Amino acid sequence: MERKSASGKPQVSLLYDRKVRSIAIQTLLCVVILFLVYAAATNAVDNLARAKIASGFGFWNNIAGFDISQTLIEYSSSASTYGQAFWVGLWNTLLVGAIGIVGATVIGFIVGIARLSRNLLVRRAASGYVEIVRNIPLLLQLLFWYNAVLKALPEMSNSLVVVGAYLNNRGLFLPKPAFGDGIGQVLIALAVGIAAAIAWRWFANRRQAATGKRPPVLLVTLVLVFGPAILAFMIMNVQVHFDLPQSGRFNIRGGLEVLPEFAALTFGLVIYTAAFIAEAVRAGISSVSRGQTEAALALGLRPRFILRLVVVPQAMRVIIPPLTNQYLNLVKNSTLAVAIGYPDLVQVFTGTVLNLTGQAVEVVAITMAVYLTISLTTSLLMNWYNARIALVER
Amino acid sequence: MADPATASLPVGAAYIRREPVPARPPPLLVSGPLAWLRRNFFASVPDTLLTILGAVILYWIIPPIVDFLLLDATWTGADREACLATPERPEVGACWPFVRDRFAYFIYGSYPIPERWRVDAFFALLAAGIFWMLWLDAPARGLGAVYFFIVLPIVSVFLLSGAPSLGLAKVDTALWGGLMVTVVVATVGIVVSLPIGIALALGRRSKMPLVRLLCVIFIEFVRGVPLITVLFMASVMLPLFVPETYSPDKLVRALVGVALFSSAYMAEVVRAGLQAIPRGQYEAATALALGYWRGMGLVILPQALRITIPNIVNSYIALFKDTTLVFVVGIFDFLRAIEVARIDPKWATPVTSTTGYAFAAIFYFVVCYAMSRYATGVERRLAAGARRGVV
Repeated sequence: MERKSASGKPQVSLLYDRKVRSIAIQTLLCVVILFLVYAAATNAVDNLARAKIASGFGFWNNIAGFDISQTLIEYSSSASTYGQAFWVGLWNTLLVGAIGIVGATVIGFIVGIARLSRNLLVRRAASGYVEIVRNIPLLLQLLFWYNAVLKALPEMSNSLVVVGAYLNNRGLFLPKPAFGDGIGQVLIALAVGIAAAIAWRWFANRRQAATGKRPPVLLVTLVLVFGPAILAFMIMNVQVHFDLPQSGRFNIRGGLEVLPEFAALTFGLVIYTAAFIAEAVRAGISSVSRGQTEAALALGLRPRFILRLVVVPQAMRVIIPPLTNQYLNLVKNSTLAVAIGYPDLVQVFTGTVLNLTGQAVEVVAITMAVYLTISLTTSLLMNWYNARIALVER
Repeated sequence: MADPATASLPVGAAYIRREPVPARPPPLLVSGPLAWLRRNFFASVPDTLLTILGAVILYWIIPPIVDFLLLDATWTGADREACLATPERPEVGACWPFVRDRFAYFIYGSYPIPERWRVDAFFALLAAGIFWMLWLDAPARGLGAVYFFIVLPIVSVFLLSGAPSLGLAKVDTALWGGLMVTVVVATVGIVVSLPIGIALALGRRSKMPLVRLLCVIFIEFVRGVPLITVLFMASVMLPLFVPETYSPDKLVRALVGVALFSSAYMAEVVRAGLQAIPRGQYEAATALALGYWRGMGLVILPQALRITIPNIVNSYIALFKDTTLVFVVGIFDFLRAIEVARIDPKWATPVTSTTGYAFAAIFYFVVCYAMSRYATGVERRLAAGARRGVV
């Protein structure tokens, strides 16, 4: 069957040659993909021409002409462009993402640690929360918070009033603090205090390493952080006044307005993501072997130091990758805003702008590019971080 | 200081204990219910405070829920009048007659009433298939896979959308709704994502650079964007990419989106399973002169898929929850049916919305929790295999 060639390698039929096969398969795949892309593109051109829809990104600078209920940057329906609407939506998405991540992290860590508590009641309550929240779709939870809880609040005319804040079914209206002159100096004093506290901590670590005695850290840190700021506040005699919401007949003016859509979305995302973060935290802490805690006890460390110096640093190695994943999920899940009408990127851009311009390809492509950029940047950073903290083995 | 063992230590080493720790007093209680209570709830002062705090929080949350769902709930009635607060009954709980009245609507949507047996038949066929696949010791599981991944989808299409030649009237997908749509979307996601996911996972580990590149791009692209944008893409861009005459209907577009999305996630789950198979297995397959496909099919994949079952079920749980998102592109799924029913004037009361959401939440919770218990059970069973003795 086999003939030997001059080089001594067995000669096989071209049909069974690995290299030839692999090149043939890849060429075929290439042709198929190119054909599909070509067919899709020609169809798209035909269909767009028939529907008389413009193509290209020219719409970016056209006047938008629609209102957005929450704008963090300058925007007006009569003067702003679709491009500006895009930025408004993006900022709204980032706002929900940032607040959601902070809230979900705090609650998630508390619940995750509670799941490992020695206290039966706390442990059971925490796992009950995680099981219930994880097994109910996020969209259902958001609709519940928005339609069943927030919309059931009293009407504007009989708002709940708590020290200058109004709560009703159109949102939460808070007093907005406004600071007079000298607030800049207070902030500088605060920054100096934080820097001093960090320096003190470094000094305390050095001293502990040298002598075995640890100078007081917590108390000194508190004094260093807040002392200069409070002192500056009093010396500069900073005036603080609150911009109170004024209740009118039909609406409330002034103050800081929190939209019910924003509140429902953020709250729902925090509750939902916290359950997943709790699972990651629990898994991370359980992954630190019992021997590590016992070794720390044998060294005479006190329980709180065991947690801080031995368990947590090793657990973080396991917790951080799934934690980042949950942060990404939170940002991606914030697109559910479209179901309750919070003006996030998808609602403003892929919803309203797409309907007004009809330019589906461009609009969807831009939206996807934004989320892809966020995801890919995060996973690049994650890969770098993982490589840095990976256990160095022989 | 006279102890010779410590005498040689440096003077500054203040952290070294020089005398024994005094013995602790013997514990008062070590067994019995009181000791159990003490160990679990009142082990220390902070623990007792935690117990009290936890009890207060639970007292805030649980009794109102029980009151709403059971004690204050309305159980009988013909319309909204039954669920309104009256001076005799100031506290009104869940409005269950609303759920009973709209139950058929929640399940079938607007599917024509005389044809609804077809949906029931679909549910029965599907349940049989799921049971066959999930029961790990079931007879003829290979046949079960053929049934689940090939026979069932084909039969279901004819059964649900109709085949005039077989005497089944055509039912437009615009009439489909409620739970059946949720189940259809989830089933399509499940049935399509596994084979495509396996193909993508194999492609991602292929030695051919172009194949690998395409698989990586597809997987990372889909996993990097939210499901809603994939659904938007499927529903607004798909019609542009095909000739006008073949333009797919709304439900099919959403199904394409869900299938693409779940395939990318499934690919990563399968890839993790493939990576867990030791190299020796691949080499053994080659040593037996098995080619790529037979080596994969007979040696690697059976092992890889078996250890991935818990993760596959977990990603099906995520998929089942994500089916609610088709709501956003205008598909009439279970959640949408509840959204429509809860604002129906016939039943509009202050408690109707909460009742509808509570019903949906209980439904989703039961399904997802059952799936996750199953995954945990399989995981335990697989771990039992790994724990066996070495000899």
